Amino acid sequence: MDHGSAGSFHEENFRRRSRYTLVFVLLAAAFCAIIVLNINTGNVNIPLGRILNIIFARSGSVDEVNIVWKIRLPRILMSAILGGALALSGFLLQTFFENPIAGPFVLGISSGAKMAVAIVMIYFIDMFGKVPSVILILAAFVGAMASTGFILLVSKAVHQMAALLVAGIMIGYICSAITEFAITFAEDSDIVNLHSWSQGSFSGSNWGNVGFAAVVVGITVALTFLLSKPIGAYQLGEHYAQSMGVNVKRFRVALILISSILSATVTAFAGPISFVGIAVPFLMKRALGTSKPLVVIPASFFGGAVFCMFCDLIARMAFAPTELNISTVTSVLGAPVVIYMLIRRQGSR
Amino acid sequence: MAEYYFHLSGLSVGYQGTPIIREIEIGIHQGEIVTLIGPNGAGKSTILKTISRQLQPIDGNVVFDRKGITAYTYKELASRMAVVLTERMKPELMTCHDVVATGRYPYTGRLGILTAEDEEKVEEAMRSVHAEELGARDFNAISDGQRQRVLLARAICQEPDVILLDEPTSFLDIRHKLELLAILRSMAKSRKITVIMSLHEIDLAQKVSDKIVCVKGDHIFGYGTPESIFDEKSIRDLYDIDNGYFDPLFGSIELPRVEGDPQVFVLSSCGTGIRVYRSLQKQGIPFAAGILATNDLDYRLARLLAVKTVTAAPFEPVPEQAYAEAGELIRSCQKVILTDFPIASGNAGVRRLIRAAQEEGKLEKTGLQEV
Repeated sequence: MDHGSAGSFHEENFRRRSRYTLVFVLLAAAFCAIIVLNINTGNVNIPLGRILNIIFARSGSVDEVNIVWKIRLPRILMSAILGGALALSGFLLQTFFENPIAGPFVLGISSGAKMAVAIVMIYFIDMFGKVPSVILILAAFVGAMASTGFILLVSKAVHQMAALLVAGIMIGYICSAITEFAITFAEDSDIVNLHSWSQGSFSGSNWGNVGFAAVVVGITVALTFLLSKPIGAYQLGEHYAQSMGVNVKRFRVALILISSILSATVTAFAGPISFVGIAVPFLMKRALGTSKPLVVIPASFFGGAVFCMFCDLIARMAFAPTELNISTVTSVLGAPVVIYMLIRRQGSR
Repeated sequence: MAEYYFHLSGLSVGYQGTPIIREIEIGIHQGEIVTLIGPNGAGKSTILKTISRQLQPIDGNVVFDRKGITAYTYKELASRMAVVLTERMKPELMTCHDVVATGRYPYTGRLGILTAEDEEKVEEAMRSVHAEELGARDFNAISDGQRQRVLLARAICQEPDVILLDEPTSFLDIRHKLELLAILRSMAKSRKITVIMSLHEIDLAQKVSDKIVCVKGDHIFGYGTPESIFDEKSIRDLYDIDNGYFDPLFGSIELPRVEGDPQVFVLSSCGTGIRVYRSLQKQGIPFAAGILATNDLDYRLARLLAVKTVTAAPFEPVPEQAYAEAGELIRSCQKVILTDFPIASGNAGVRRLIRAAQEEGKLEKTGLQEV
């Protein structure tokens, strides 16, 4: 009997590991496939053979090298990095609020970041003519923290999931209103870039931005991964986490800082992007059949990367040469997932 | 003063600086089961939360193994104290095995990966609560009884010296209540684990605990062994019971007696009258009982439920005066219910009473199976 049950645990462990492996292999395959597809397609069509040549040997026509190296590659990498950051930020917020539809966009955190960035962009361009990425990220971070702080205040007063989300959406509207206000009274020349950015887009990514985003996101993702143990404890609820030895206060601060940095980075570079933060972690948990942070964190990151690269591909190609906003695509794909998720939750009660 | 393993001294507990219960003074030895009882909202959970450091004490100390509880780091405390809370845990996509395995948290490395030894401990904990078959089941899909056992296994595999449980038997049916308490009892005795818990079921508290803490109002109403705490009056006072009775010997609870002139006289002995009493009680009929020696099983209940009870001294022949009293009641009542009990030399006069009742056409016999 004892051996039987022990055996079944081992079988169970084996079954799980195989499932995790399968999911990661599929993600890696999708990752590679979408990168190739993304480089391959565009207004100027470059066949696969020539692309490989351009990437690995840097040989080919100057135009084509420039298209691949200066436009398509940075854009792809940017959407991968920021998509991953967005999904992870969603996962952390869901853990923090013990609520599966929490996410940077829904809670108004992206809008807060957008507001701060818009204001800084308008006034900095007036003064300096160019805004460095660091300032953009800092502004986005300040905006994100302002929204988050407000949400935290509200969450102390109301414990219902619905009320909290409504508060987040309202914060989002307030921030958007202020942003619109700033844009309305700005000089036309100041807001040339602002418009497409404020709707969300990966276009105009350059290597400098990619490098910067990679460093910031890389460090935060590594930190998140190191937090996976207390995150796992926190999934049982704050009190159990504390009884297992988690310093809950410190942990909560770390969680909110990290998720704010992640969503601030995304907003600073690509504007507010909706639904990735909710849909991707949900899909990954279902696919893996577990909510263990140790596997869900990397899976969400890669899932978010794949999802955003795919959405960006659609945004670029669906009505080429006209580009869609990235949020338009992520909403169309992500919102149904969220609706499905809500229906499932209702059903299981 | 004896050195206590776990000592609440001059402790005041409450929320936001406002004490709910003051001046708690409780000393607990290792391996004891201590149960907090008291009315709803008395602050049992508040005390447990303070002990487990979820709440700051407002005044006084909690000393655990010669060290103030706040002097422990969270990690140190986690390897010595485990909790089973009332709040409903709704983990996403976690099997029971996963939930139990979280108990290994204080012992695993940076990323929380379980070693073979940890796995062994998880399985052992699940066996100790008879939950080994639940391992692969989704935690959200099991019954309340199973859930409590899994949560207890989680606490056990945390290998604590003290386990705190907040109302662990709520939502459980009687079988699972008994099972859970039996596990706690054997755990406390065999592994010297100290158990501090709150219970609603005073009858169970009495049977499982080494010490009882009565919480009421803003202070500790009583603290001591169940024998010293469980007299009828303290329990009635503790819960402000004015509409019922508590029998401290058996821990049973009775509804209030039906008052009025007795309409039925129950002639019984040796416990055969109990069913009749309860049946009359439910029908709302006031009754008298007799002739009961004060060591008779029927007497323990009759004294609570009957309007009038004719008694006799134990191990003596029933005195004539008792027969006279019973005869009086038979005349005044509309019905006499006779149960099946032995009539011998000590109570031979009962035959006369039966005849008298028969002559008045009031006699109704009942075997044990009827009623």
